[in-house]
Amino acid sequence: MKSLKTILEEHPFFKELEPKYIELLVGCASNVRFEAGDILYHEGDQADSFFLIRQGKVALEMAPPNKEPMIIDTVEEDLVFGWSWMVPPYKWHFDAQALTLVRAIAIDGKCLRQKCENDHELGYELFKRFFSVVTERLQHTRMQLLDVYGAQT
Amino acid sequence: MPQPMVPLPHRILKVRRETGDVFSIETQPETGESGFPFSPGQFNMVYVFGVGEVPLSISGDPAQTKTLTHTIRGVGWVTRALQGIKKGDMIGVRGPFGTPWPMQEIAGNDVLIVAGGVGLAPVRPVIYQLLAEREKYGNISILYGARSPDDMLYGKELEKWRGRFDLHVDVTVDSAKRGWMGNVGVVTQLISKAMPDPDNTLAMICGPEIMMRFTVMELQRQGIEDTGIYLTMERNMKCAVGFCGHCQFGSEFICKDGPVFRYDRIRNIFGKREM
Repeated sequence: MKSLKTILEEHPFFKELEPKYIELLVGCASNVRFEAGDILYHEGDQADSFFLIRQGKVALEMAPPNKEPMIIDTVEEDLVFGWSWMVPPYKWHFDAQALTLVRAIAIDGKCLRQKCENDHELGYELFKRFFSVVTERLQHTRMQLLDVYGAQT
Repeated sequence: MPQPMVPLPHRILKVRRETGDVFSIETQPETGESGFPFSPGQFNMVYVFGVGEVPLSISGDPAQTKTLTHTIRGVGWVTRALQGIKKGDMIGVRGPFGTPWPMQEIAGNDVLIVAGGVGLAPVRPVIYQLLAEREKYGNISILYGARSPDDMLYGKELEKWRGRFDLHVDVTVDSAKRGWMGNVGVVTQLISKAMPDPDNTLAMICGPEIMMRFTVMELQRQGIEDTGIYLTMERNMKCAVGFCGHCQFGSEFICKDGPVFRYDRIRNIFGKREM
């Protein structure tokens, strides 16, 4: 069985991150498992972690008032999700539900925030990585908003 | 095609609803014994008598030349009139027109098909042909994006193709209600999962132009050369033989030089607002 350290080292999200920072991350990381249908978190809950999915698929949902919840994105193996831990007031903006059995690494954001405050170099490295994920998701969301497959386009 | 400007009478054999506003019609020529041979990617001008003519991609199996299938979304005068058509009615058909998908060139390569919305219709003949001659090709991936699960075309066929071990089929939708177990997101997200080998992959893209633009960008990011990317363009085609100029796209006529283009041929004008 791979150690947390090896998993983090091998994950594309942490590619080329200095070994000393991997050590720091290991201190904030834990293995988690969710069964299909489990809720990882609800909108408005305290966002004190982010996840690296190792196996399975997670649906991110929003529930518009008086309407059924809509799945607005799905994330699966090798992807990272959850950046609300970086931005005050550290609350989740969506519901997240496991669509299948999900094995993931959860990284304690509260613990990591403190480490980033103490070491801005680490903070910058993480910021660069999360910013590229946020940018990609924003681009995808813009494409979804364009409704490119709608009848009028 | 002896007289390209003269529509041939076709009788409607079948009308099949695909989604809320998309349907397929199967027709048979009233004249001639040879049926209606075509190559994947070609289109016809379909004439609703008394209403008008519209260019429609052929969406059926190229090996079945006795009948002809078009998949249509009812959005304009002619296509809405087609929505009211019934078994036994007559329509006019001119064609087939245009350059086909490069079926000869792709033999021996991995094939990556990226389709969006009703863009799955013009590539369905490609898929039929690939499957009929499966041994001629390397890995085949079909990636399909739709607006919602209810808007996905050819659901049963997609399921059947997904069940094959010699095909990689992945679909995604822009949004879905709870209960949908598939992907939600844009079709470009599926490309890296398909892990195309950039040195040996030829990609074919069909869908709304903006989706094709982002798909080309993602394929380039994966290392696929512009010469390995083909896409099918859509413009206001009228005569379908390059005379009228309605479908002019820079120095190209979509009806005659396309609709299928290798990307390097049009990259300087593709995505330009003025075009």
